[in-house]
Parts: sequence; structure tokens; C-alpha cells
Amino acid sequence: MSEPLVEFDDVLTRYEPVIGLETHVELGTESKMFCGCATTFGAEPNTQTCPVCLGLPGSLPVANAAAVESTIRIGLALGCRIASWSRFARKNYFYPDIPKGFQTSQYDEPLCTAGHLDVEVDGETYRVEIERVHLEEDTGKNLHVGGATGRIHGADHSLVDFNRAGIPLVEIVTRPVPGAGAKAPEVARAYVTELREIIQTLGASDVRMEQGSLRCDVNTSLAPTGSLEWGTRTETKNVNSLRSVERAVRYEMRRQAAVLDAGGRVLQETRHLHEDTGSTSPGRSKEEATDYRYFPEPDLVPLAPDAEWVEKLAAGLPELPAARRTRLQQEWGLSATEMTWLVNAGALGLVERTVAAGASPADARKWWLGELARRSNDAGVELTELAVTPAQVAELTALVAEGTVNDKLARQALDGVLAGEGDPRAVVQARGLAVMGESDELGAAVDAAIAGAPDVVAKVRGGKVQALGALVGAVMRTTRGQADAATVKRMLEERVLGG
Amino acid sequence: MSSEPTPDTAAHPALDRQDIAHLARLARLAVTDEELDRFAGQLGAVLDAVAQVQRADVADVVPTTHAVPLTNVLRADVATPSLPRDAVLAGAPAAEDDRFRVPRILGEEA
Repeated sequence: MSEPLVEFDDVLTRYEPVIGLETHVELGTESKMFCGCATTFGAEPNTQTCPVCLGLPGSLPVANAAAVESTIRIGLALGCRIASWSRFARKNYFYPDIPKGFQTSQYDEPLCTAGHLDVEVDGETYRVEIERVHLEEDTGKNLHVGGATGRIHGADHSLVDFNRAGIPLVEIVTRPVPGAGAKAPEVARAYVTELREIIQTLGASDVRMEQGSLRCDVNTSLAPTGSLEWGTRTETKNVNSLRSVERAVRYEMRRQAAVLDAGGRVLQETRHLHEDTGSTSPGRSKEEATDYRYFPEPDLVPLAPDAEWVEKLAAGLPELPAARRTRLQQEWGLSATEMTWLVNAGALGLVERTVAAGASPADARKWWLGELARRSNDAGVELTELAVTPAQVAELTALVAEGTVNDKLARQALDGVLAGEGDPRAVVQARGLAVMGESDELGAAVDAAIAGAPDVVAKVRGGKVQALGALVGAVMRTTRGQADAATVKRMLEERVLGG
Repeated sequence: MSSEPTPDTAAHPALDRQDIAHLARLARLAVTDEELDRFAGQLGAVLDAVAQVQRADVADVVPTTHAVPLTNVLRADVATPSLPRDAVLAGAPAAEDDRFRVPRILGEEA
């Protein structure tokens, strides 16, 4: 793992990176691509298989209509041309996780071609061209036994679960993206982030990278600055977090620069990312395996989406993330920077729902980016994982707005909500958090403060009115912050100066 | 099969021993040196036979894209019962922990 690396900034002084991404998305269909087996994640091994997805002789596949439609919808959302004629093809190779000896995929007749996705990094827009979007099937899952920590290297044998085999898989392939320079790692990450959000918005997949329902192969190459030819690329396989997408590009840029600096040649190879160190290492050589002998799948008839079908799907597309961000930014009167913060904090949807539940945009933002961001940080969880709903946050803002609680009491009410004590109003009731009105109890606290600090009272009476603050503080302490500071100040003024 | 016809090597690029060895490797077939020579000749004859099709005049023929003149044959996305696991694994040469057991995937060289 001690490969020579060039400092990242140094790489950019003499090389230009070109990146490319292949993203696999498991569609969230009820049933598999070519058979009716269920697709439940985490089911007992080999309980979701049948003759079709096991590749038993005589079985015949039939394509899943929802998977075809999801693929077309993804293509439409990426501005692709939808093919009026598209076929499946057999990609032939042997590996224990493909029971048929081939993967049913698409080769020269994919469903969608020639789209694009604009992504923003530090206020600049980068256009990522989409080469193709095609539909295929996932493989089974191997469990390696006898080696170190489940790795294939050194394993004695492997165990295969075919539950995943045949789950519809959409592959989205970009064209090479040049010109991102030092931002290449971030552009790669921003692309996957935006793609993930689009697919989530479409409801086509749950796109959970940690469960493998979205995985990326990240291609990186370097060319000397000003060169007209691109360098040799490496492909880092199965990168499974957004952070790792960025790290994979960064590491490959630094490693390839060192190879080129030393007069060496970058090998075209697949590499694996090590999540712990952020480094990559060469995968197994697959020189022979690249001869897949694709041919049209004879067991499936062609797909021929007509204009009417495609138009119907296009008309049914939801508002896409970029359009939604623009609209909300305008509605809430935010600057581009404020909007970026909100998006990067993962709070956009939460704020939107909080506003929908009645909060003002400013209050909703203040809560989610302030107190709630702090809580999620402390707990080491995502904002969405906090045990508070947007409706409850809206209720907190309402309680503050109507004067039932102040900010401090509202935070205590939040404690109760997070502890599962119910909605904010109920917590305020149960914990007795409401702001104290001008009651006998508050009057007694005010009198006690006056009696306890004759020197301060003398000062105030002598004209130093700002000394009253010390008395306000004393009352707030004895009432444990439950009094309204303005009310306390008024009562003090009346009793110290008025009487 | 000792009386195979001599392949007409002029009609197509000849298959040599290397091609056969490559195909055999892709198909996971163990082929002896003697078989490489024999199959090169036999497969050459097959290619010759197929090559005759290329000589046909197809100017007026609509290309056949599929043996069945249908498109968009789709099924609704509805989950149906799978096979019982016992039945699934009964067909496996070896099973362990409710999974198919397969030999070591990477060879010694990896």
C-alpha cells in the first residue's frame, strides 16, 4: 500500500484529469427482471429463486413492465433519447454468481442514449454527458469462506446466494468528462449525488449505497496538460459511498501522476478501493473475460417503446430536484449560498415539509440548521434520523411564535420530543414548560431578587438603569428560565422604580 | 470423424489453433493439442457452410430481427411464489449454510 503518490495540488500543475462513471442502480420493483421472484432485501438465502433466475434448462424469461418503465423514466429525467427499438443481449462469461453462464443485459441497442446531467460545484456548473442508460439483471452474492475477513483472496471456497440474481439493474454510463481539473473528484461526487437524488425522486429505487442498491465504477485518467490525447484510464470498481467516489478519483490522480512522473505507463486495469485507507489496489486481471461474445437474447422479444408510451411516461415525471431547488430558493427568498448550505446539510426536504406544516421558512431553516443540526451532530446521525418530524418542528415554532414558550423552553420541549414523550404541545404540558405569566409565583421571585440585592437596587435608583439586568438574570435563574425576560424586566422596573 | 471435408479457406479468415484455444478457454473446455488441429478444420467447414448465406441476394428481403414477430411482451410487476429452498439446493452439487457451495474462485495465480 506504499505506492508513491504526488501531492494533489502538484498533480494539477502538469496533468489534466478525465473522469467517467458507470453507475448501477437496483430498481425497487416488487419482482425480479425476468421472473416473479420477490426482491426483498435481507431475505433468507436462496428463498427468492426459481427456474428462470437460477438458469435451469427450459425456463423462459419475460421482462418486467415496471422495470422497463423505470428505465425509460430515468432516461427521460436525464434528457436522453428513448430508443424506439431496443433489445436485450447475452453477455457471456463464467462466474459463480451468474447461474446462466451469461448476464442478460443490453449491448448495442440500449433503451436510452445521449442525455446529460448538469452538476454544480462551488457555484460552477459542469455538464456531464450521458452516453447510455440500459437495463440488465443483477448477479447473485458470493460469500467467501476460509480467507481473511471474507475476502476472495485466500478463500478456500465460496457460498452463493441467488436472491439478488435477476433483480433489475439499470446501468447509467457517462461519456468521459474532461475539463474539471482540480474539481474532478468533487464533480464525480456531485454527479452521483444528483443522479441518486433524481432516481429517488422518480421513486425508481431506494438508492441506498450502503446496501448496494446504487454502486459506482469510477474511471480516471491523466494526460499531460495541453495534450490532445487522453491518458490510459483505470476503473475503480464498486465504490459504495459518495465520499468514496471523491476519494477514488483523488487517489487515482495522485497515484497515476507518480507513475507518469517516473516515466512509467498507467496500466488499463480494474482497481479496488479500500474504504479504510482511501487507497486503491489492482483487481484481478480479466484480459480474457473482456471477450463477452454478446449476441441478441433469443428468448426475449425486442422492446419498441412507441411515442405515445414515452410521452405518457414523460408527462408523469415528478418535479426533478434541480427544478425543485430553483423553485424553493425563489419561494423562500434565499441566496444561492444559503440554498447550497441547506442542500449540503441534507435539510432541504425537511425544511420543505416543516414549512408545509405551517412554519415560516426562516424559522424552519433556523431549527434544522441550528439546534437540530447540533443534535444530529452530537448523536452522530443524519438529520433525517432524528426522532422528530417536520410537523413537530413546525409545532415548536408555533409555540414560540404564540409566546407559550421562549427559545430556551422550546429546546427543552425538543428534548422531550426526542425522548419519545410525544408532540411538543404535550411535552410542554407534561413538563410544565410554559412561560410564566405575571403570576404571584413570578412576583415572589421578583421580590426575592430585589430583597437579595440591595446594592443593585440602590444603583438602579441612583440612575444606573442598566444594572437592572443583574436582577433580571437572578429572576431567570430562580425560575429556571421559564419566565419571559421582557415581563420580568417590566415587573422589576415597576417595583424598583415605580413604587 | 476422420473423413471431414477440406475447408475452403478462401471464403473467410481461417480459424487457427490460437482461435480455437481462445474459444475453448472462454467455454471452459479442456482441449488437447491434437483436438486443436482437428476442431480448427471442422469449425472452418462450419464457417464455410454459413458463409454461403452471405452469397444470397437479400436486396428485397426485410431483415429478420427475431424469430417471433412480437415486441413489448411484458409481465406486470407482481411477486409470485419462489421455489422452496430445499428443492433449489437439492440440484446443487454441494450446499452449505443454505447456499450453493462452489470451489475456490481465484486460482493460485491470483
